[in-house]
Amino acid sequence: MNSSRELRNHQNEQHNFKLRLSILGLLVLIAFSLLAIRFYYLQINRYDHYQTLAENNRIAIVPITPNRGLIMDRNGVVLAHNFVVYTIEVTPSKIKDLDSTIAEISQLVEVSPSDLKRFKKQETESHSFESVPLRTHLNEVEAAKFAVNRYRFPGVELKSRLFRHYPLGKQGAHMVGYIGRINDKDLTKLAETDALSNYKGSDHIGKSGIEQSYEAQLHGTTGFQQVEINADGKAVRVLSSMAPTSGSNLILSADSKLQEIAETAFGERRGALVAIKPSTGETLAFVSMPTFDSNLFVDGIDVENWMLLNDSLDRPLINRPLRGIYPPGSTFKPFAALAGLENGKRKPPFSISDAGYFTLPNSRHRYRDWKPGGHGNVDMRRAITVSCDTFFYGLAMELGIERLAGFVRHFGFGQKSGIDIAGEVGGLMPTPEWKKRRFKQPWYMGETVIVGIGQGYTLVTPMQLAQATAILANKGVAMRPRLVSAIVDAKTGVAKTTPAIVSDKISLGDNNLEIVKLGMIDVTLPGGTAASVGANAGYSIAAKTGTAQVIGIKQNEKYNADLIDARHRDHALFIAYAPAEDPKIALAVIVENGGHGGSAAGPIARKVMDYYLLGKLPAVELAQTPETEATPTRLATNAPEEEHDD
Amino acid sequence: MMTSRLLQGLFKHIDAFLMSCLLFTMLVGLFVLYSASGQNMERASAQLINIAVALVMMWLAANIQPHHLERIAVPAYVLGVALLIGVALFGHISHGAQRWLNFGVIKIQPSEIMRIAVPMMLAWFFAKRETSLRVTDFAIAALILFIPVALIAKQPDLGTALLISASGFFVIFLAGLSWRFLIGSAVITGALMPIFWSMLHDYQRRRIEILIDPTQDPLGAGYHTIQASIALGSGGITGKGWLNGTQSQLDFLPERTTDFIFAVFGEEFGMVGSLILLVLFSLIIARGLVIATQAKSTFTRLLAGSITLTFFTYAFVNMGMVSGILPVVGVPLPLISYGGTSMVTLLLSFGILMSIQTHKKLVATA
Repeated sequence: MNSSRELRNHQNEQHNFKLRLSILGLLVLIAFSLLAIRFYYLQINRYDHYQTLAENNRIAIVPITPNRGLIMDRNGVVLAHNFVVYTIEVTPSKIKDLDSTIAEISQLVEVSPSDLKRFKKQETESHSFESVPLRTHLNEVEAAKFAVNRYRFPGVELKSRLFRHYPLGKQGAHMVGYIGRINDKDLTKLAETDALSNYKGSDHIGKSGIEQSYEAQLHGTTGFQQVEINADGKAVRVLSSMAPTSGSNLILSADSKLQEIAETAFGERRGALVAIKPSTGETLAFVSMPTFDSNLFVDGIDVENWMLLNDSLDRPLINRPLRGIYPPGSTFKPFAALAGLENGKRKPPFSISDAGYFTLPNSRHRYRDWKPGGHGNVDMRRAITVSCDTFFYGLAMELGIERLAGFVRHFGFGQKSGIDIAGEVGGLMPTPEWKKRRFKQPWYMGETVIVGIGQGYTLVTPMQLAQATAILANKGVAMRPRLVSAIVDAKTGVAKTTPAIVSDKISLGDNNLEIVKLGMIDVTLPGGTAASVGANAGYSIAAKTGTAQVIGIKQNEKYNADLIDARHRDHALFIAYAPAEDPKIALAVIVENGGHGGSAAGPIARKVMDYYLLGKLPAVELAQTPETEATPTRLATNAPEEEHDD
Repeated sequence: MMTSRLLQGLFKHIDAFLMSCLLFTMLVGLFVLYSASGQNMERASAQLINIAVALVMMWLAANIQPHHLERIAVPAYVLGVALLIGVALFGHISHGAQRWLNFGVIKIQPSEIMRIAVPMMLAWFFAKRETSLRVTDFAIAALILFIPVALIAKQPDLGTALLISASGFFVIFLAGLSWRFLIGSAVITGALMPIFWSMLHDYQRRRIEILIDPTQDPLGAGYHTIQASIALGSGGITGKGWLNGTQSQLDFLPERTTDFIFAVFGEEFGMVGSLILLVLFSLIIARGLVIATQAKSTFTRLLAGSITLTFFTYAFVNMGMVSGILPVVGVPLPLISYGGTSMVTLLLSFGILMSIQTHKKLVATA
């Protein structure tokens, strides 16, 4: 024990304690006096005021719903807006005989069976004291007719409500998303974020796409009126009010014309397209095909339409750019090429002599090239151009899976792109550690080999593939992709631009980038796998085709597109950026069961680039020019994921 | 003769004055609760059972000698912290907050244990120091207080965290925390406020503004305050009479059997009733302070002071919140609000006060 410390002086302490206790006692006295003064103020000074409020009338606080912000494309084309409609709303708890009331109403204004069906559905989903719309979009004659007879229907009200409308309907539905009626799950979420009071007057909330992810900006602040209500519950006088603040308007970076061209180019086919401006991350087009009409969801979708959409084999409700996962196939090769160059494994003038297959040391198993007999003498540039599998098998093996996966992570493989709408999945870039965790199995060298050509466990979303292409076009600088480019304050009109954010950066050698770029340009020139895409373009396109297999082909069986069920045909992939020297647009296209990337996905990409770079509208479909390697044939080995053709 | 001696023995450790005040206040509380619950007899009888259980606990506590209490201070605190960590890991989530531990048969809310365990632990800590107190002692005390408070605030249960902080602070203050430190930290906090404020986002500022002035958010937090003010104010001098409060009876008042029960009381019994309740609380507090000054050991002194002043804090924060001079934090009105756990904890602490008072001689000679 420290000798400088004195022993406690208990008497002194007791004295001190009493002093401090008295101080606190005084505090109690002061605090209680404050309360007494407050009681005096409330119960005697302001008694008349509160007495009036409490006895004669009761006050109610009525929320005033703010206008939801608009959504516009980069040129000001409106994608989502509001308009006023009259609705007949019914509060079930206030009505004795619901069915007969509805029958009487339907003698005044038409209530269709689908109206009725939707009403029944919503009625069971909501509390009985909440009003549920029975008939929406009344015209003026109908509204007047009902208004005159309103007295006959207590508990039924004619309301004018703001309706959300998506003028372009199906176009860009996955991007814009939709709003829907607030349900219990939304309420829980709102309660968690302390936002419940701001939704007192709101019936709707963003459910998907931008409508969901920018809910906070679009919704606005609810205003309120303090009103006196009489015994019947009718407002008799406004005591005070605070105006609502409208939600902010959103300006998207997407171009609705570009979107339209892309969607039209897909036609009846399924798939996805994402186009990005590489230097900023602005997303120019966000296509998911087939699509659906967002307007169906606004006031609750009816059962038939829901079943139609939900049960369709084409799965229109899936947001393919964000949630569709596909093997990247040969579109992975440019990134593998860069990994080889940057790691010094394939310094020019390295070349191989391709006999059409690759074998691992001490193994007789043949990993085949898509081209029987091989491509002959192939260097890096040519390997990209002709999509030489053998070249990349060897490259992957020498790099090793860890180095390869570590490098391509900088291009966003295996991780979310971070785009500003919710629901994105991360895809998969396999590593031995992942495999051990997932399957409790060791990693095999053969698995590394096939990763080199974008097969095996590797999975990407169209969004990731587009982002990877944009990062390549932007020389290794990853800009976080975003759809909203500016948020416009409804009150002040001040537009706040969303900042371009560098999400990752990898320094790459200029020479290496040049080799990959030249190889990719050659893809769209005669002799490349997508020569027709580059024909007469008027600008240079750096591109790569790819094919992702849907089902495994057995050994000694030929892939014959005609004989296979359409849904089991290969997915066609295509990535590109242009102009190659100064990229203004980077994109990824996937056509499900489209067959070959160059012929199925390439032309869609070309139309999008033509419009974006040259302002050229697509001509009426010309006769399709045959591809240089039109019929993909392949030999198969026993492991299905080693299958590949390009 | 036998029975009277038996009764005397039974109530040997019950402080008559304190007991009368408590019983009277709880009786008033039962009547208010009956009215506030919409004349629900079940609610009132459930509360009666709560009170009965709590009184038994109080009797038990009153019969435990203070030096036994001193011995269980550390285990109680350690157990409490362990349970709080348990809540954080496996707690039962209700109403968005994680406060309960479900042991199958009973659900335990460990933060309630801490309401008594924290001041006990701190009082024990200060009583154990043999030399005059130094800065490091106060730093350790602050840590003892901080751990459970942080765990409770994380649940999140800000009301309880705040009140446990208060109970701990009272012990530390009464133990002799230097004035220089107190004033110094108050000045520094004051000076840092504007900087802290400027670092906040707009929405965070808004939330704090609403906490301080709820009328800015009449649809949310402000609704309670506005309705409570109307109820209190329309009560006038003598009130509308028992069971006649229009605001209370017509569902305008939220949480009117728990946190906002004082609004019902004020509406039905008016200014006169409110002042009588204030006097009752003051008598209880005064008795507690007397017990604290007469206590013979450091441990009992500090504990008695803290228990009394924490009771005051509960009452003041609740009535201040209902009458609109303090922000709305979820704190019940002691002895009046409906609720079993808080009633038990409260009467348990009063039992400790009585034990301290009635075991004085023993301690003095020990």
